[in-house]
Amino acid sequence: MDRVERPLSPHLQVYRWQITMALSILHRGTGLALSAGLIVFVYWLLSLASGPAAYAQAQALLGSGLLKLCYAGWAFCFFYHLANGIRHLVWDLGRGFEKHQISVGGWIVVVFATTATLVFSLSTIV
Amino acid sequence: MSLVTPLSRVLGLGSAKEGTEHWWGQRVSAVALTALGLWLVFAIVGLDSFEFAAVADWVRQPLTSVLLVLTVLTVCYHSQLGVQIVVEDYVHAAGLKIAMLMISTFVHVLLAAVGVVAVLRLAFGTLP
Repeated sequence: MDRVERPLSPHLQVYRWQITMALSILHRGTGLALSAGLIVFVYWLLSLASGPAAYAQAQALLGSGLLKLCYAGWAFCFFYHLANGIRHLVWDLGRGFEKHQISVGGWIVVVFATTATLVFSLSTIV
Repeated sequence: MSLVTPLSRVLGLGSAKEGTEHWWGQRVSAVALTALGLWLVFAIVGLDSFEFAAVADWVRQPLTSVLLVLTVLTVCYHSQLGVQIVVEDYVHAAGLKIAMLMISTFVHVLLAAVGVVAVLRLAFGTLP
């Protein structure tokens, strides 16, 4: 059967980008990235439980320069997902739905996540 | 005359057979992870070094072991709920969707088991 070419409802590409939609997408993206990071974290724990030799092997694998960038990325994902998750919990309480509150809350989350990532990366990874 | 049984009228779940458990489980684990996640980050920042002895001694401390087990379990649960929603939203082919949901479930249960055993092995084991 041929598909009938009905008009489609407007989707992402017709809307002007706004902080609300960008942050909503970012919440999912960072969540998925953290799920991937969970594999690395559990591998790290497993190597630790397998003894010094296995841990040294994991250290060599996980300590390379390129991966250090990944840790900074995962740190951002963590802090962003944490702060924006709290923003979601506030919404679940029925608060903060005014237009300006939504934008301001969004920017607070972005500034917090960026600052916390910088502080964490400078104090741990570098 | 309604054919709905008294039990199903009381439960009020309809044909979906479930209600808000997924949503609520995500919130409860999220609230728990705000505390557990911040603890983990501060603990990792506070580690003197990432050498084997330093990290193993840290994991072996009773409070650390307990909190790490709780963190691993809660993160795996929260992650499984999140990945499930993303798959259900964006993967529309029924077979692929069910396969991905199953794989995600298996991987998350595996990660939880490995993480818990790793922590317990350090806590109760005889590693140097």
